[in-house]
Amino acid sequence: MSTTAPTASPNAATTPGARSGRGPGRFFQSVGFALGLPIVLVVLWGVWATVTEPKFFPTPAEVYTAFVDTWIGPAFMEDVVPSLTRLAIGLVASIAVGIALGTVIGLVRWLREFLEPSFEFFRAIPPPVMIPVIAVVLGPTGLMKVVVIMLGAVWPVLLNTIDGVRGTDSVMKDTASAFALTRGQRLRNLVLPAAMPRIMAGVRQAMSIALILMVISEMFNASSGLGYKIVYFQRNYLIAEMWSGIVLLGLVGVLLAVIFGFVERRMLRWYHGVKEVEHG
Amino acid sequence: MADTLLTVEHVKKTYNSSTGTVEAIADISFTMNAGELVCIVGPSGCGKTTLLKCIAGLLRPTDGSVELHGKRVTAPPPNMALVFQEYGRSLYPWLTVRGNVELPLKHKKLTREERRQLVDDAIEAVGLSHADGSYPWQLSGGMQQRVAIARAVAYQPEVLIMDEPFAAVDAQTRADLEDLVRALHKDRGMSILFVTHDIDESVYLGERVIVLSNAPTWVQEDLAIDLDPERDQITTRALPRFTELRTHVYQQVQRAKRGQAVRPGA
Repeated sequence: MSTTAPTASPNAATTPGARSGRGPGRFFQSVGFALGLPIVLVVLWGVWATVTEPKFFPTPAEVYTAFVDTWIGPAFMEDVVPSLTRLAIGLVASIAVGIALGTVIGLVRWLREFLEPSFEFFRAIPPPVMIPVIAVVLGPTGLMKVVVIMLGAVWPVLLNTIDGVRGTDSVMKDTASAFALTRGQRLRNLVLPAAMPRIMAGVRQAMSIALILMVISEMFNASSGLGYKIVYFQRNYLIAEMWSGIVLLGLVGVLLAVIFGFVERRMLRWYHGVKEVEHG
Repeated sequence: MADTLLTVEHVKKTYNSSTGTVEAIADISFTMNAGELVCIVGPSGCGKTTLLKCIAGLLRPTDGSVELHGKRVTAPPPNMALVFQEYGRSLYPWLTVRGNVELPLKHKKLTREERRQLVDDAIEAVGLSHADGSYPWQLSGGMQQRVAIARAVAYQPEVLIMDEPFAAVDAQTRADLEDLVRALHKDRGMSILFVTHDIDESVYLGERVIVLSNAPTWVQEDLAIDLDPERDQITTRALPRFTELRTHVYQQVQRAKRGQAVRPGA
């Protein structure tokens, strides 16, 4: 590094007239890129649906009609909202529990050595196999479904937090000691921010696991929810409706990814900045 | 001036490893008065950093003691500040320049206004007032080390300890930072213990230069630098006396490297 460019932020490096412009032009360009592939896929699907057995592959228009009829209306409040609520509660609980436990375990060495080998065992168990057991204990309730989501989604957050907390840079720790930072300050200003990139990677994994478990938990003795509806449509040969449910699941995934991306960019602005500087 | 600030007495440090015990520091004793700028110089691998960590209370010496104002150091004392060599790992990248300087002050009993003034003053002293909202990684290496110095200055320590702070910056930046350290010492009367492997730097900066031996380390020489306190990169370094002192220290370090110097009484 040299002494030039005192405060120039790397983000300010985009010069006017560069290949990808700024303002509305840039916005439409990125929207175009984002929607390009979906449009191509829908067209291909339409072609595919006209040349094959239409029974299992309805046309995009039929699925669209089914989507509007099925999900916009009372089903939204009866099935979609409860599912998403359980997903949100399960995910938030996993993140909270994962970070809290992970921080304690990451900081206390004997606890880590005591627990980590067992964690590998529990983590390896696919959570769906536990659903019947949990259902027997808790009954076919919303709580049971939230617990299933949590049991699966907590692991990546927990293990990544342990790793992130343990990996705190030694010079950063010496700095904290030299300036006699209090325990709370260390946690808030050193341990957690330093572990945050790892924690966020864990949260990203937890999100996809939680979405899968949300669906699966509703496939066993349930009477409402997205997963229940999709299975119901499958069993009753309501093929277009089934596809519309699958499309809805995909859209939920996109929504989660957008929320995650927004939060991650805000929380890890420094991390992306450091990376950008390191890679020139 | 004879107010003793720091007393290092027979500090010894051995490490236990699987291959046996390694003696890093054999026996180091020296004292430092309030308001002094003392440089510690020695061959690489002579345990300078180990010694500093013992003095700063980050490491417990195997034997001997470190006293600050007559109080034994067992944990990092609140009236001591450190500047590390690895500025990139010592500043917190998630905090701005201002946030980094302010952080250690938050647990001191200060009003918001006092804290703000200390931070402003320290950032101004290192010449970074224009960058106080930037993040460390947006700055050059030399400027990052200035932030670390500002953090130490704002902490209002009685003694400032610097561990090879300029080893990783380029030569021109280094000269500027050396003058910054001289200015902090002269204008603010700060007591500074400065560790370096650069012989010229130790003579240019210090009022005293302590030459360490090869590991296991002891104090090979404690040399007073009788240069004018007004120092200047061009004229001071051109003085015949500077050259003499520099040559003397250089020879001492060479002897230390070859292990030719014999520890008295060992």
